[in-house]
Amino acid sequence: MTLMETILFLAHTEADGSLAKPALEALAAAKTLARALADAKLAAGLVGGQVQPAADQIARSGAARFLAVAGADFAQSRYASDAAAIEALCKASQATLIIAPATSRWNRVAPGAAQRLGGAVDTHVAGIAVAGGAVSVNRWYYRQRLEAVLRRAQRPWFIVVDPGGQAPYEGATAAAPVEMIPVNLPESCKRTSVTGLRQPAPDAQTIRPGADLLFVAGAGWTKKQADGQLHVKEAEKLILDCLRLTRASLGGSKSLVDLGSEGQAVLGFLTHLNQIGQTGSTPRHPKGLAACCHGEEPHTVGWRFVNERRAINLDPNCGWARGKADVLYVADAFRVIAKVNELLAQSGNSGDV
Amino acid sequence: MSTAYQIVVCGSVVPDPLQTLEPVNGPSGPALKNEMMLPAILDPWAAHALYEAAHLAQTAPGSKVWLVSLGPKAKLQQVLMTIAQKVLFEFIALDGPASGFTDAAEVAALLAESIQAIPGLDRSKLLLFGGWESASRGAGATLQMVGERLGIADQFQGVDELKANPDGTLEILERIEGGRQQVSSCAGPPALLGWATGRLPEPRNNPHVGMINMRTVMPGLQKAKPVKLSGNGLTFAEVSLPKKLRETRIVKDKPPEDIAREIADWIRAYSNARSR
Repeated sequence: MTLMETILFLAHTEADGSLAKPALEALAAAKTLARALADAKLAAGLVGGQVQPAADQIARSGAARFLAVAGADFAQSRYASDAAAIEALCKASQATLIIAPATSRWNRVAPGAAQRLGGAVDTHVAGIAVAGGAVSVNRWYYRQRLEAVLRRAQRPWFIVVDPGGQAPYEGATAAAPVEMIPVNLPESCKRTSVTGLRQPAPDAQTIRPGADLLFVAGAGWTKKQADGQLHVKEAEKLILDCLRLTRASLGGSKSLVDLGSEGQAVLGFLTHLNQIGQTGSTPRHPKGLAACCHGEEPHTVGWRFVNERRAINLDPNCGWARGKADVLYVADAFRVIAKVNELLAQSGNSGDV
Repeated sequence: MSTAYQIVVCGSVVPDPLQTLEPVNGPSGPALKNEMMLPAILDPWAAHALYEAAHLAQTAPGSKVWLVSLGPKAKLQQVLMTIAQKVLFEFIALDGPASGFTDAAEVAALLAESIQAIPGLDRSKLLLFGGWESASRGAGATLQMVGERLGIADQFQGVDELKANPDGTLEILERIEGGRQQVSSCAGPPALLGWATGRLPEPRNNPHVGMINMRTVMPGLQKAKPVKLSGNGLTFAEVSLPKKLRETRIVKDKPPEDIAREIADWIRAYSNARSR
């Protein structure tokens, strides 16, 4: 017998009370799932300092109920208060499937909330499908090197959807009736408080998840060039100019990021936060341009979720590009990127490409 | 006055990332081909957690570090020969699968049970460390479930820095979206920290540290409790390698100016398509 599922779209709001793009993508996934399952009910569960703007934003999404835990205690991205809010929303909605966006806030708390509710969780979900009334999800294992399709009998089942996998929900704004779920947060849940954010100055920000282009810098930028000399300062300027002109996000290979701890020349603006691949992130962008990157399969997972890929490398057999990129330019990246920057500057590029 | 911490690090072994991985169907579900033959390493982010734990223990006199691992005993032994030379810890082993295809909740239950059984464990000094994601399952879920089972409500993930203040509070830096980091202040232990890269380089091998650790590593391995995992209602319909191999067009013997023009046009094409 097929279980009648209650799907809860679970999201936290932004500081202005709205929902960000990853949440709207998760809502689109929840809606698609609700349509595919016979008799499934869809509800929305919102957590945040204020929630009405978010509820209004998704008023026409087809959700039958708009439940919320709101207030100053829930504005912060904090495990203890988020877990309490999620627990209350799941119980109030009697959800069997919980679809949530893989934001840092939800990644931190969703597994613990699933444990608290006696449920199961799958994170970094790349796709959800229904066949014969059974829900399956696909996700990657071993750092994006093996792909699996899996099902679970256990409920509630938290499905935390990675951003960038599908188009976000779009719908007209309307007034949504929000059912507030009271949660009295004990003092034991307030031992942690968020005291601030650290972020690079706007002109020094090199990580842009919403960018259309990912620029991947490899260790070759810091090696001796054809003249037998290092040109690290020149490399820094070329890369930063390229990022400024294209508004691209910057990824770096592990070897490049690690050079600093090995006492070698480094690109000053590149940190572990930029690192992609086995021990870094695997960002999703429509396009990727890799320059001076080397390595075989394990290292190339950093751009697995980049749709169109091009690479510049002096080695025509480079494992990073062969079979992985659509185009491999066998050329000196210093000269090519300098010219690319010149052309983009001439055409007045200054925003997202 | 500095606080003495009891730091428990959860972390296991994963195949060396340079190895070729191929899925196979085993008797209890998916597995890696020749899994027991693949060279293994300590899970990279768990290793960062261990180094951070040892560093913190050094700066807070009276502190102690445990490493709790679930994995095949032979693999654990192999990896511990190296790791035990880097930093001081007491080793607690569970002899079972370290596969990425195991269920996080089941693993969490076993780890929590082992941690609760540590003699003299004082919750008011407890810091539970681990990697924020493994290089096998990569779910970033196990640690939070262990924390829930141990009743730890102050949890942090993607941690890059921990500062223990003289007043006993903890300042924690977590990675969030867009290259930013969230700064939190926590009243103190018990707390759970899933580490990202942290700030410390990998410590050099120190044979003296290895000698001291071996007093607990070998007994820990000998006492390792064999455990089995049932799958917890998890069914794998398919596990596969990504099939798509791209037809790479190789462009060579072309002037950099021509290549640059092609790249610039390609970069601009997307924005033009979007703005139409």
